[in-house]
Amino acid sequence: MEKEPGPDAVFAAKLAEGVFEIQKCGSCGTHVFHPRVICPACGSANLEWVTPSGKATVYARTVVRRKPERGGDYNVVLVDLEEGVRMMSRVDGVAHDEIAAGLKVIASIGEGADGQSAVVFRPEGGAG
Amino acid sequence: MSLRGKAAIVGAALAGCGEAHGKSAMEITVEAVQGALADAGVSLCDVDAIATCQPLDMLSGLTLAQELGLNPRFAMNNRMGGSSFLSHTLWAATLLELRLADTVLIAYGSNQRTASGKLMTALGLPTYEAPYRPMFPLSSYALAADRHMTQFGTTREQLADVAVAARAWAQKNPEAFVRNPLTREDVIASRRVSDPLRLRDCCLVTDGGGALVMRRAETAKDHPRPPVYLLGGGEGTTHRDISEMPDLTVTGAVQSGAAAMEMAGVRPSDIDVVELYDAFTINVILFLEDLGFCRKGEGGAFVESGGIAPGGHLPVNTNGGGLSCVHPGMYGIFTLVEAVRQLRGEAGDRQIDSAELALAHGNGGVLSSQVTNILGTEATL
Repeated sequence: MEKEPGPDAVFAAKLAEGVFEIQKCGSCGTHVFHPRVICPACGSANLEWVTPSGKATVYARTVVRRKPERGGDYNVVLVDLEEGVRMMSRVDGVAHDEIAAGLKVIASIGEGADGQSAVVFRPEGGAG
Repeated sequence: MSLRGKAAIVGAALAGCGEAHGKSAMEITVEAVQGALADAGVSLCDVDAIATCQPLDMLSGLTLAQELGLNPRFAMNNRMGGSSFLSHTLWAATLLELRLADTVLIAYGSNQRTASGKLMTALGLPTYEAPYRPMFPLSSYALAADRHMTQFGTTREQLADVAVAARAWAQKNPEAFVRNPLTREDVIASRRVSDPLRLRDCCLVTDGGGALVMRRAETAKDHPRPPVYLLGGGEGTTHRDISEMPDLTVTGAVQSGAAAMEMAGVRPSDIDVVELYDAFTINVILFLEDLGFCRKGEGGAFVESGGIAPGGHLPVNTNGGGLSCVHPGMYGIFTLVEAVRQLRGEAGDRQIDSAELALAHGNGGVLSSQVTNILGTEATL
């Protein structure tokens, strides 16, 4: 009986310990996110965990508009990691209206909506 | 083997559009079925295959069979969001052509407005998006709009003009839910929801249902109303979650449109009337580009200043669309019903002169599933 946890559980466990890793295909070299059982580029199950550089570029951004009494505005972005994978996240440490496609950002571990560990980003060089 | 012209829509109807107080989604669906069967002159007992998709009922194909008292040869329940019904027509044509069924019923209904006042969905946020609280599904479309504006210079005004055109069409449609005047300035002044999208960039939240009856072309003329033939169809699926969409400015409509037009043997310039799933204003711009009505990046200019409004260069969403006519959550079937009405010449004040070829296009998920149907009158066979 297979007892190894699946890639979602492995990712979540690493993240809970403050470690952000993505997968890389040992067969074709493609980086993979979100975590998967097989490589979406070549179908290989030979996926290994690697540490990304954390460098990324904002691809698109939206600001969800909420009244202050409901928690106020917040941003949601799609970022492209240097390794070539895209993920949804949030950019902290800068005004929402200053976030735009092309902004260079760096990953860190922050808090998600329910207080769980989540990968978030800040502008490169600590701007804002 | 091609499905071109092998099957036809011989009955079509709407039910419960706007507000259907005190009715369940399935009750609205069954009312639409009654209307479509009457329109087709077909009795319920002749229906031997059904297809549906409902807001919350995961086994709605079975529920519909039960409610109708049918024991169908096929109960289809394939579910890709709002595009589902444009896929159902392709499967219906396939079953008819293979003589696995003789009369196929496609139906939908939702009571989301009177039951909940907002989008009713069985879907939750995806695992890798939930921590960031995107509005579902609105923020996904907002991200696509933001990217389109960044990459091609599409403007806030151009997005607004899509909503303004929809409203102008709705004003010609007595069945449309919202018909008061709407200007570009009104759209741009409406409440910000998820930038760059504002309230008037978003589809309505209404109740409503629709149903279609399909039969083989050889018997399609045995019915009271002129048949509307399915000339071509195609699907494109690029992702499930917006964070997995390869390019937020290019949808699967590139694939679905090309497949549908190849099967039909038509080009975009041949199409007389276009019905697109306009969940948000950006959808229309993306789909016009991806279906080949203009080049990539030029959708904003195409819709600007009344380009798709009454009197413009291409009639798009002649019923008022999801933005101004009806949007019960999965709008796809309404693109088909409006296309049928246009091709039968039943569209009243909004009728497009000599409409022979129509394109209906459905969107499902968050720009995830794209399905295109090309429909035509007998003259196009």
